[in-house]
Amino acid sequence: MSPETTAPDSLAVQARGIGKVFPTASADVTALTDVDLEVAAGEFVSLIGPSGCGKSTLLRLIADLDVATTGELQIFGKPAQQARVDQDYGIAFQQAGLLPWRTVAGNIALPLELHGTVKSSRDARVRELADLVGLSDFIDRYPDQLSGGMQQRVAIARALAARPRLLLMDEPFGALDEMTREYLQSELTRIAAETGAAVVFVTHSIPEAVFLSDRVVVMSPRPGRITEIVPIGLGSTRGEGLRESPAYFERVTAVREALHGAKVERANER
Amino acid sequence: MNRTGMRGRVEGLGWGILGVLAIVLLWEGYKFLGPADGVTIGAVEGQTGSGFMILPRTHDRAMPHVWDMLARLVAPTSGGDTPPLIATVAIAALTTLGIAAVGWVLGVAVGGALALVMQRWQLLEWGLLPWIVVSQTVPLIAFAPVINAIGNQIDRGGTSWPQWLSVAVIASYLAFFPVAIGALRGLEAPDRIHVDLMRTYAVGYWSTLRHLRLPAAVPHLLPALRLAAANAVLGVVVAEVSIGMRGGIGRMLIQLAGQASSDPAAPWGPIFGSVALGLIAAGSVALIGVGLHRYRRGEATA
Repeated sequence: MSPETTAPDSLAVQARGIGKVFPTASADVTALTDVDLEVAAGEFVSLIGPSGCGKSTLLRLIADLDVATTGELQIFGKPAQQARVDQDYGIAFQQAGLLPWRTVAGNIALPLELHGTVKSSRDARVRELADLVGLSDFIDRYPDQLSGGMQQRVAIARALAARPRLLLMDEPFGALDEMTREYLQSELTRIAAETGAAVVFVTHSIPEAVFLSDRVVVMSPRPGRITEIVPIGLGSTRGEGLRESPAYFERVTAVREALHGAKVERANER
Repeated sequence: MNRTGMRGRVEGLGWGILGVLAIVLLWEGYKFLGPADGVTIGAVEGQTGSGFMILPRTHDRAMPHVWDMLARLVAPTSGGDTPPLIATVAIAALTTLGIAAVGWVLGVAVGGALALVMQRWQLLEWGLLPWIVVSQTVPLIAFAPVINAIGNQIDRGGTSWPQWLSVAVIASYLAFFPVAIGALRGLEAPDRIHVDLMRTYAVGYWSTLRHLRLPAAVPHLLPALRLAAANAVLGVVVAEVSIGMRGGIGRMLIQLAGQASSDPAAPWGPIFGSVALGLIAAGSVALIGVGLHRYRRGEATA
């Protein structure tokens, strides 16, 4: 958080010519090819596409859980590995992935505890975050006593614990029912606005991507690549009313066409 | 803890007592109904030991009454004014328990260490695991004298190596196995997502071990430790008999069984003693689990 680390680059993510090849016994599988992407600080960007388009792979590369085969990837102007070591991002997966032996508070505090934050400021931060995700009354519960939606909210709070400037989310609402999902989407736009963090959000839902994002990155498979980037520009405050607005539907259509265009293109290739 | 936990414990105790009563009833019932010389089929007249005995003898030398067994416990161990049998059994059981405890600690340490290195280096798992499994097929009765002989060599070489230490080592040979297997499964239990998460936190092996792998291993470790305790007791009893160490309950069992024709109720003393021993050993390990309840939360929902 020192000025030296923020100064050199206002870009949260900068990817140039990223490719990822997974070697297998029979043949090499190209998961991603020639990906160029820039995510500005504080920007909300969704990655959308059919399965196998490499959207999760791209997220894992940004998180330095995998290493790109080709290309250059910088997070806040530094290599992905350095960004991981510096804890520049927080991450949430499709499963909440909470530790079952820790309470809600213990789970939220995990990253702080691992990096030696003193107990008093840790406790204060946990209360703050529990409040942010609306779980103040459940702070002493264990994960098996929470619903799926509540578990996912704990996971989001945990991802935010170290005040990262970048939030990486891999289909975090994918396993939830529609109502919980829409509720958490609204919550997430609020949280993202309040924290000012950039978000890279992987999803396979068009309405979800449009509702949440400043820009939607449309990807297509075999090999995984970016086919189009659709700007959304619906403003920073997103109420439930937005879901009914013509502008929203127009963007949904735009993203759908971009996705289908990719599909037609692929059919032509054969 | 809570009401249901308390009630569950009382209920469990009730069923336990009922089980013991059922065995006593079976024993006495058969003794009352069965023929004194048992039932033998295909016996040849005048030829002792011929044919197959399908039901055991019920006379007092083969099957003493339960109350005779209990009465024998308070009678002097070997006549005269020797201490009552129960006291001798208790002392022998405590000796065995002490050695088993040492064997258990050794076994847990070795098994735990093996699990840790096998989890850390996949190559070691491939190399070691088959040998660990094979090690348990070596019969203890063949293996015990070898350890004893090595112990004696060390003792003669000037380093003090009492015989009970050999017995403890033999017991640890049985005790380490469930711990090595259970701990390895436990350490490998965390989901991929949790391992990924620890990687995103950029913490090293030891921190991951402490905050993720060890807590996740607890549900696998507790039954392994209990098995190890039972194995350690078994190992000590067998080793005592095998290398002829005096003072423990294994040796006492053999000794009194040899006198069974003249004193049929006596061998039941050390038999009850070893049952109590097993219960105490398993129960002490169960106590370890009491403080670790929160690490077993996943089990209820899984």
